[in-house]
Amino acid sequence: MSASGPRPRVAIVGAGPAGAFAAAHLLAGTGGPEVDLFERLPTPWGLLRGGVAPDHHEIKRLDRSFDRDVLDRPHCRFFGNVEVGTDISHSDLVRHYTAVVYAIGAQTDKSLGIPGEDLPGSLPATDFVGWYNGHPDRRELAPDLSGERAVVIGNGNVAADVARMLTLDAGELERTDVADHALEALRQSSIAEVVVLGRRGPAQAAFTSAELRELGHLDGVDLRIDPAEVELDPVSEEWLASEGTFTARRNLELLREFADRAPGPDATRRIELRFLRSPVEVLGSARVEGVKVRPNRIERDDDGSLRARPLDEEPEMIECGLLLRSVGYQAVPLPDVPFDERRYVLPNQLGRVFDPSSGETVPGVYAVGWIKRGPTGILGTNKRDAQETVACLEKDLEAGVLARPANPRREQIDGLLAETVPQMVTAEGWRSIDELERERGLREERPRVKLASLEELLSAGDTR
Amino acid sequence: MTYVIAGSCIKDDVCIEVCPVDCIHPKPGDPDFETAEQLYIDPEICIDCDACVEVCPVDAIFADHETPSKYDYALDLNAQFFAERAASP
Repeated sequence: MSASGPRPRVAIVGAGPAGAFAAAHLLAGTGGPEVDLFERLPTPWGLLRGGVAPDHHEIKRLDRSFDRDVLDRPHCRFFGNVEVGTDISHSDLVRHYTAVVYAIGAQTDKSLGIPGEDLPGSLPATDFVGWYNGHPDRRELAPDLSGERAVVIGNGNVAADVARMLTLDAGELERTDVADHALEALRQSSIAEVVVLGRRGPAQAAFTSAELRELGHLDGVDLRIDPAEVELDPVSEEWLASEGTFTARRNLELLREFADRAPGPDATRRIELRFLRSPVEVLGSARVEGVKVRPNRIERDDDGSLRARPLDEEPEMIECGLLLRSVGYQAVPLPDVPFDERRYVLPNQLGRVFDPSSGETVPGVYAVGWIKRGPTGILGTNKRDAQETVACLEKDLEAGVLARPANPRREQIDGLLAETVPQMVTAEGWRSIDELERERGLREERPRVKLASLEELLSAGDTR
Repeated sequence: MTYVIAGSCIKDDVCIEVCPVDCIHPKPGDPDFETAEQLYIDPEICIDCDACVEVCPVDAIFADHETPSKYDYALDLNAQFFAERAASP
């Protein structure tokens, strides 16, 4: 990068972990670009704040590193409550920045594609997660917790998180940063049993062994697994021996250990894990009353991958008042930016976005995180991902292949934003939200008490 | 004595960068890195220098005798990772 002349200016769209790691890499040196971090919500750090379960407060401490490595750095600004694609457009960004990095994640959930899926009482687990984590868009979700049983579809860590949150002891919950509206509702909850259904077998469960272990050690909660459920079919046995990961072997050990345990004498709630079962229909007239479930078996496909195939057996009905669907996240296209409709990502090579119709790179446009690689990996995965994208961006800056934008001065984007987003939240605004939440937390011996409505957040974040 | 990594590890690799004896694995680029749910410390090699503890952004690393009881399993798990790795072809 040339030592003379103004610093190039980079817009990062989305202040979740991927955007934060990308910003941190760009800001790490002394001669790097200026970074403006755009975020749809008034608060930064995405799923670290709105996804990671409240009782995993150790993980949430990553926010200290993000504050230090991103917002506290010179040459970094935060533009919260600004939605790219609505408040300002992709072409606005291209006009004002040398480079635009999309870190918008995967904002919706995959559907099951079965009848009854959208009945009241059947929710994407991600909505439920947003609700208990104080996401302002999910404040009014009001999940019905009056039934005795909830069913969770899916076998990943989100499924484990929601099963745990539905059964966690109130005393433990009230020491976390769970949103107050959710704390109140969960205290009143009648749910005594959560049934977690996995499409594939116990060897293929996608839980981390850390999350699975936690499910087996919750105060007042029995984890039930029928010992017959954790016997492996020959295909899975062979697969585990040849391709199984360290985690898959630990998971199976844990599942067998839990299946052999006697029920706890003091348990008032239970979680039951069942495998090789797929929902085929959500039942109910005005709202969810149950789910029809069909058994599967594991088979090898021609390409060698494992597949759960439905068995020709009568479906079984599981009654429930709440159904949480947790079968994965899915990205949403952005106006005026190429999108891969098959893989649900921005088409890219090492983070450089290209136009799939011409195969040509879109100069100055990059992707990082889930919108680049799909919704996989854990928090730290985004660090390496961001390194890769930022390395491309820095190489392009150095090579001088990025055009100078039409409106390169800071004042020009500031003027546009002042016109279009009167209630923008700056880094200073976020610090005042953060301080207020932590202060309120101190009084209640909690890490923080979240402001969970857009109104409260905007008012606390208004530092003008 | 050794340090151990507990289940709240997020695979930020900053501990690997500071470890003076290269005892934290898997490392980015290793075949088992992407599928690993966390990083592990080899108790046979760790020299208890504390460097990783200082840099861990989520406080997931503990001296074995100071590991919180909910992570009781972590010492064995860290050792087991290296035992199985050594045994695999």
